[in-house]
Amino acid sequence: MTPVIPLSWYLLLAAALFSIGLYGALARRNAIGVLMGIELILNAVNINLVAFNRYIVPQQVSGQIFAIFVLAIAAAEAAVGLALIIAIYRSRATVNLDEIDLLKG
Amino acid sequence: MTAPILPSILPEIILVVAATALVAVDLVSRRRANNATLAGIAVIGLLLSALAVYFNLNGQSPRPVLGMLAVDGFASFLMITVLLGMVLVVLYSIEYLKPYAEHRSEFYAFLLAVSLAILIAVSANDLLMVYLGMEFVSITSYILVGFLRKDKRSNEAAIKYFLYGAVASAVMLYGFSMLYGITGSTNLSAIADALTGQTLAGGMRWLSFTSVVLMIVGFGFKTSLVPFHQWAPDTYEGAPSPITGFLSTASKVAGFALMVRVLLVALPRFALDWLTVLAGVSMITMTLGNLVALRQGNIKRLLAYSSIAQAGYILMGLVCIPQEQFHLLALQAFTFNGINGILLYLFGYVFTNLGLFAVVIAIENQTGKTEIKEYAGLVQRSPWLAALLLIFLLSLTGIPPTLGFWGKYFVFGAAVQVRFFVLLIVAVINSAIAAGYYLNIVRYAFFMPAEDESRIHISPSLRVVLAITTVMVLGLGILPGFLIDWASRSAEFLTQF
Repeated sequence: MTPVIPLSWYLLLAAALFSIGLYGALARRNAIGVLMGIELILNAVNINLVAFNRYIVPQQVSGQIFAIFVLAIAAAEAAVGLALIIAIYRSRATVNLDEIDLLKG
Repeated sequence: MTAPILPSILPEIILVVAATALVAVDLVSRRRANNATLAGIAVIGLLLSALAVYFNLNGQSPRPVLGMLAVDGFASFLMITVLLGMVLVVLYSIEYLKPYAEHRSEFYAFLLAVSLAILIAVSANDLLMVYLGMEFVSITSYILVGFLRKDKRSNEAAIKYFLYGAVASAVMLYGFSMLYGITGSTNLSAIADALTGQTLAGGMRWLSFTSVVLMIVGFGFKTSLVPFHQWAPDTYEGAPSPITGFLSTASKVAGFALMVRVLLVALPRFALDWLTVLAGVSMITMTLGNLVALRQGNIKRLLAYSSIAQAGYILMGLVCIPQEQFHLLALQAFTFNGINGILLYLFGYVFTNLGLFAVVIAIENQTGKTEIKEYAGLVQRSPWLAALLLIFLLSLTGIPPTLGFWGKYFVFGAAVQVRFFVLLIVAVINSAIAAGYYLNIVRYAFFMPAEDESRIHISPSLRVVLAITTVMVLGLGILPGFLIDWASRSAEFLTQF
C-alpha cells in the first residue's frame, strides 16, 4: 500500500519543528527552555528518520531503529542536563543563563 | 567473511571490566578504597586495553565488527594514542583528588568510561555508531567537567559545555537524518556506494550541501573549531584541571577521528562542499585562536585558545588531502597525504599538551593560581620545571627537535603537495604569532624576578607524567622514523576510496 500523504509533508513538519527548536535553544534565557528546544530538534530528527525509512527504504527498519536510539540518548542527555541544572540552582538559586557569568565568556 | 566478534572488541571489554572493578572495589572495601589502588586499577585497565588494540590489528587486515565498528589502522593508531594519554590523565588525578574523599572511584570509573567512548567513536563505521560514540563521549565529559558538584565554577563550566554540546549534536543529527534520506543507508561505505551512481541535481544538491554543513557543526563543536568554540575557554577554566587536560587532547582526538572518517569514507562525493567550507574554517580558527590567545592572562584560558588554534592546523591535514578536481585520490601514493599529518600532529599534540598541563598543575598545586604572572622566576624556583616548560612550548610552536615539529612538518607538507599556498601562508604567519605568546610564558619563567622564591614541590605521580611526556616529546622528536612509519601505515581506512 502506498502512503496517501506525500513525503514532503513530513519533511516540512520536521523542518518547522527543527527551526522552532533551534530558535528556542538559541533565544531562551532559561536553561530548562534551552533543553526543551533541544528536545524539539531531536523530535524533528526522529520524524525525518521514520518518514525517510517508510518512503525511501520501506523494506528495512534502519531508520526506525535509529529513531529509538535517538530517544534513548535524548533521555540520558536530559537526565545529565537536569542534574547539572539542579546543581546550579542549589548553588545560585537561578537557572537564568545571563546570570551564570562567573567565568568571563 | 565474518571475523570472530569478541576478540575484535577485547579492548572495549577490558575497559568495561576495569571500570566496573573500580566501583566494586570501592563498594566492598570496608573503609574508603585507597586512592593509589584505584588509580592503579585504572592505569592497568588502560594499558591492557592498549595492548589488546595492538594485538587486534597486528599483522591482520582491517575488518568490520558487525558492520558497525571498523578495526583498521586509523582507529588503532588513535586508540593507542588516546589510551596512553588517558593513563597520564589518571596520573594527574591522583594528586588532584586528594582533597576530595568522596566519589574517587566514580571519577576514575568515568575516566575509563570516557576512554571506552573514544574507542567506540574513533572506530565508528555507521552513522548510528558515530552518533552513539559522540554522545557517549559528550555525556561522560559533561559529568566529569561538573564533577566538583559544590564548586560554582565547575558547575558553570559544565552547564555551558552541556548546552553548547547538546545543541551541536542535535543539529548534527538533523544532518545525519538528511543524509539517510538521500541514500537510504546508515553504513558509511554503503552511503558512499549509494552516492557514486546518483546524479545529484536541483533539490538534492541543496539537501546534500545542507546536510554536510549541519554535520560540520557537530564535529566542529567537538574539535572546538571557530565559530563553534565559545564553550572552550570557559569550560577549560572552570573544569577540574585533569579534565581540562583531557578535553583539550583526547576529546579532540575523538572529534577529529569522527570528522575524518565520516567525510572521507562516506562523503568523498561531496568533497567540493566540505573541502571549501573546511578550508575557510581552518584559516579562521587558527587566526582567531591565536589573536585572542595573545591577550590572555590566565594560563588555562591561554591554553584553551592555543588549543583552538592548534585545531585549525590539524584541520589543514584534512583540507589538504590529495585530490584532483575535488575527486579524492588514493592516499597510499603520497608521502604527505594529509591523514598521516593529522595522525602525527594529534599524537604530538596529545603528549605535548598533557606534559604542559602537568607543569601547570604542578604550579597550581603549589600556589593555587593559574595566572601567567605566577610563572615569573620559575627557573629559580624549579629549574627542571622551567626547562620542561620550555621544551613543551617549543613543541607546541613546532620547533625541532620536538614531536610538535613533525606534526607541523607533515601537515604543512600536505599543503605544499596540493599547492594550497594561501592556506600555507596563513598557517605560517599564525605559527609566528603563536610563537609570540608561547615564548612570552618562557620570558616570564626565565627572565623575570620571582616574587615568591619558595621551591616548587612536584608530587611523584606528576614526576612520572613529566618524565613520560618528555621522553615522548624529545625522544620521538629526535628519532621520529618509527612513528612516521607507523602513522603512514595507519592512514588507511576499512574502505578505501
